[in-house]
Amino acid sequence: MGFKDFCFKKSLWLFHFGGASCNNCDIEILDCLTSRYDVERFGMKLVGSPRHADVLLVNGSINKRDKKRLLEVYNQLAKPVLVVAIGACGCTGGIFAEGITFAGPVDKIIPVDVYIPGCPPKPEAILAGIVKLLNKK
Amino acid sequence: MNEKKVIPIGPYHPLQEEPELFKLYCEGEIVKDVKWETGYNHRGIEKLSESKSFDQSFFLVERICGICSTSHPFAFANAMEEIADVEVPDRAKYIRSIIGELERIHSHLLWVGLAGHFLGYDTVFMWAWKYREPVLDLFEMISGNRNSYAMFKIGGVRRDIENAKIAKIRGVLDLVKKKTDLLTGAIMDDPVIHARTKGVGILSKQDIMDYCAVGPTARASGVDIDVRRDDPHAAYPLVDWKVITAQGGDVFAKAEVRLLEMYESIKIIDQCLKGLEKEKEGKIEVVVKNIPAGIGTGHYEAPRGEVFHFVKTIGTNSPARHKIRAPSYVNIATFKKSCVGQTISDAAISLAAVDPCYCCTERMAAVYDYGSGERMMNGIELVEKSKRRTEEIRRNY
Repeated sequence: MGFKDFCFKKSLWLFHFGGASCNNCDIEILDCLTSRYDVERFGMKLVGSPRHADVLLVNGSINKRDKKRLLEVYNQLAKPVLVVAIGACGCTGGIFAEGITFAGPVDKIIPVDVYIPGCPPKPEAILAGIVKLLNKK
Repeated sequence: MNEKKVIPIGPYHPLQEEPELFKLYCEGEIVKDVKWETGYNHRGIEKLSESKSFDQSFFLVERICGICSTSHPFAFANAMEEIADVEVPDRAKYIRSIIGELERIHSHLLWVGLAGHFLGYDTVFMWAWKYREPVLDLFEMISGNRNSYAMFKIGGVRRDIENAKIAKIRGVLDLVKKKTDLLTGAIMDDPVIHARTKGVGILSKQDIMDYCAVGPTARASGVDIDVRRDDPHAAYPLVDWKVITAQGGDVFAKAEVRLLEMYESIKIIDQCLKGLEKEKEGKIEVVVKNIPAGIGTGHYEAPRGEVFHFVKTIGTNSPARHKIRAPSYVNIATFKKSCVGQTISDAAISLAAVDPCYCCTERMAAVYDYGSGERMMNGIELVEKSKRRTEEIRRNY
């Protein structure tokens, strides 16, 4: 068992970073945590501090003001860490990619492990993405 | 000791899903002043809209806000139809109202859940979000997507609601009504919720007038405004419903208004479904070929208040100017009244009570002068700038 496998062997804790988004993906992430989808049964939960998290969920296009804060949050995370870009905006910038304040999709700023496209991705898609993440690491 | 401490909430705070920075200036445990910073969510939508065609703009304005993703296209469609001077067929009117009211139900359930979460009452959070799911399933059945429905276009709607689906919609509405009864009972009779929300974050009628607040925030303080009734459009004049108001102005009154509004929405949808059954299937749009030059305004009562869209066209394929004002933009300013004088623990629920939606709000970026360090434009400067600009427009237009 490598060091990385050891780190991700048990419950993954999530930190959610909502960039300049339309709120859809944020709500779908919260939907995953509530009763119908309930990812807490797998030991995943949202935590308040980036220092406690194993997985960083990023959604929304990143604007100029968010960029340095995203970097700051990423630097605070204890490595190794898994990064998930959620939604069309997180993956590519989506409909806001031509906007005046757009500062690049997430993978231009920090390394991304899994992309979950969709506008917004269904909670099932987010769960499938997390499962792929667990198999990939 | 007369020391003022600043407590920041945000920009990336576990309490809120969206980035927004609040600075609470506190003396002891009492909040003395509130300031907030925006711009973390600015995407330049008004500018982007000018580069898109009218049909594409609907998909863009839908993505201003994911929760009220029908309200913005609704208001935009009203504005465009004012310019093109078209009358929407009755079936399309009913479908528009059905989608709008279903959205109100899911948005209010979402708020009830989040309010419970902010109070530390996670049972309400889980319940409300569980009963919100059937409504999202209905959206998936009607439009193919859970959140952004893409139902609107100039002159009508994109998809029909077939009469075969009406029974399913009625079934879900019955379920939602039953569960709303349950939630209303749980919230109205719970002594803990009473203790945490009654007399907290009070906004008087005068405060609402001063800050021009709209929507359930205003209606909870006894200000009887609702765009659906005051400026009739879509199917609202064709159905029987009433505007809910309350007198308290506190967080409890806001919850009461939202819960009772859900019953009104169910009533409206039920009557619209009856209307759909009478109409012939398939007649859902008027084809609009050309958009003439002109100015159009449109508004709609979103779950949070009045959404306002102004569009100017010059005969081309895209808007020449597109101005958007979302309800949270004015409602957020009431924090100055509702939070000041309260304890820090009550500040969170006072902030959440107006159901602030920051992605709707962010239409303007902050202004900095890098030469002399950081400086925001103050009110006087902004008024002067606005006056100057108005004069310019008046001369040129």
